[in-house]
Amino acid sequence: MNTLQIADLRVVLPGTERPVLDGVDLTVASGETVALVGESGCGKTLTSRAALGMVPPRAEATGTVLVDGRDMLTLGARSLRRVRATTTAMIFQDPRAAINPVRRIGDFLTEGLRLTGAWDKTRARERALTLLDAVGLKSTVLRQYPHELSGGMLQRVMIAAALMADPVLLLADEPTTALDVTTQAEIIALLGELQQRFGTAMLFVTHDLDLAAVIADRVAVMYAGRIVETGPAEEVFAAPKHPYTAALLAASPRLDAPEPRLTVIPGRVPGLHTAISGCPFATRCGHADERCATERPQSTAVPGRAEAEVACWNSESLIPQGGAAHG
Amino acid sequence: MAEPVLEVSGLRKTFGTHPAVDDVSFTVPAGGSLGIVGESGSGKTTTARIIVGLENPDAGHVRVDGHDRINAGRGRAERLRRAQQVQMVFQDPYLSLDPRITVGAALTETLRLHHPGTDQAARVTDLLSQVGLGAREAQALPRQLSGGQRQRVAIARALAVSPRVLVLDEAVAALDVSVQAQILNLLADLRAELGIAYVFITHDLGVVRCVTDEVAVMRRGAIVERGLTASVLAEPEHPYTRLLLESVPGPGWDPKAIVTARKALAAVEQSADAQS
Repeated sequence: MNTLQIADLRVVLPGTERPVLDGVDLTVASGETVALVGESGCGKTLTSRAALGMVPPRAEATGTVLVDGRDMLTLGARSLRRVRATTTAMIFQDPRAAINPVRRIGDFLTEGLRLTGAWDKTRARERALTLLDAVGLKSTVLRQYPHELSGGMLQRVMIAAALMADPVLLLADEPTTALDVTTQAEIIALLGELQQRFGTAMLFVTHDLDLAAVIADRVAVMYAGRIVETGPAEEVFAAPKHPYTAALLAASPRLDAPEPRLTVIPGRVPGLHTAISGCPFATRCGHADERCATERPQSTAVPGRAEAEVACWNSESLIPQGGAAHG
Repeated sequence: MAEPVLEVSGLRKTFGTHPAVDDVSFTVPAGGSLGIVGESGSGKTTTARIIVGLENPDAGHVRVDGHDRINAGRGRAERLRRAQQVQMVFQDPYLSLDPRITVGAALTETLRLHHPGTDQAARVTDLLSQVGLGAREAQALPRQLSGGQRQRVAIARALAVSPRVLVLDEAVAALDVSVQAQILNLLADLRAELGIAYVFITHDLGVVRCVTDEVAVMRRGAIVERGLTASVLAEPEHPYTRLLLESVPGPGWDPKAIVTARKALAAVEQSADAQS
């Protein structure tokens, strides 16, 4: 059984022309890392929040979001609170915004479990000490305040807090974006180690394709609320089947790119006030034809690639890296 | 090489007992582009702030076209002249634009201050078209624009002053790759067109490769390696530069090896500190 299983998730916000999530299918198995990539406004964060049953107020959500077999969209408030505190956990981009600045690290680590009544004070404290050690921090950190720690140390505190209740699912939303590359490597090494030890499933939201390529088992590329391509990370990035994936790769400044000038994706992600008929990427795509503008491409299996799907009418004729115009 | 437009020599700045910038010197030729890389706390942003004049150094000089910026007068004319030497673009365009005034008004105000008596309306149109924006954006408030458009406005506002040097502090770090690519290409075009020099503060080596001719690597307040961007990235000499390059995710990336290398480097530095 998959730890996280999202099927046909649609989220419609009031007063908008297109669903903000439009039929998202996504699975993460135990011990697996899946990277969710795409531009801002594509629905990455919303998808990872939906895994915790957090949909924006007054939004209409349909489909299923199963975490460890329970549907987060239909669960009652009390059970939902318990699932959020014990079986799932989230790590955010900016630890300083997610940690209460006037309370000690020890309180921050233990309060989630204590408030739901799951654990008593002594047990929670012992667990906190074990995890601080696991993330390479000293036990004295328990008595310290957030302002006394650096960003990298605080992100480790966030990871320790996320692992307090042995979650089966870890949702990491750009956890290393605000960190230096060397610190990023340290945090990733730590996450990988802990994941191996505890068998946690991880959904890793990032806009850094190179990072996604090296850490993920599978990758899902999102565009305008839809998953347009999925597959094994290495293969997807080595030979993208969707023009959007190819265009994102060509726009990334890299150390080994052939020339300094970057290939630009013209236009921008369609807003929520534009209805989409056909493929959402059609207006920015160099391969689009008449059918792309009118008929929505369904996800179909990529020939010769295990567990890979792409939603593009012309993916068979796509030459890798040729997806966008020079600008 | 062309005459240096920016000369920084012997810069020092200490916060409390912590030396943030420790004897930093470099030059940037007219129309050149220097990248300063390093991790947080390496002193790269403090160096940038001293060049712009947002911090005063404890020692050292910053000269633009041979004019000293540190020990210059405090009068209005002097301050305007210094602003015309160096302008800055920050990471977060949300914070660097006034939310209550339109883009056109913000540019007009800058022009009125620095270039009175010119045709400001025409110049506003010019500036906006230089950064790829039109009349519609001139009427807009910052919150009505996307992040990329707002960063374009921040660049146009800096260019309105016609500075000799533009200091960009993580100016593309908050943008999506697709928008980042547009801004990096725009910056390359503007440098070719206007002959303006860049000091590009960043921690992203891919960005450095795209927009700079030379790069300086900072570590604990000091420049540990400096040279042509292409050769530093291809053949790094200092162990810290090598560590930085190995840390960039790519084929063969090994986070555990990076953690080990980082600890080894810190140990070497500590024993060097103990000896001195």
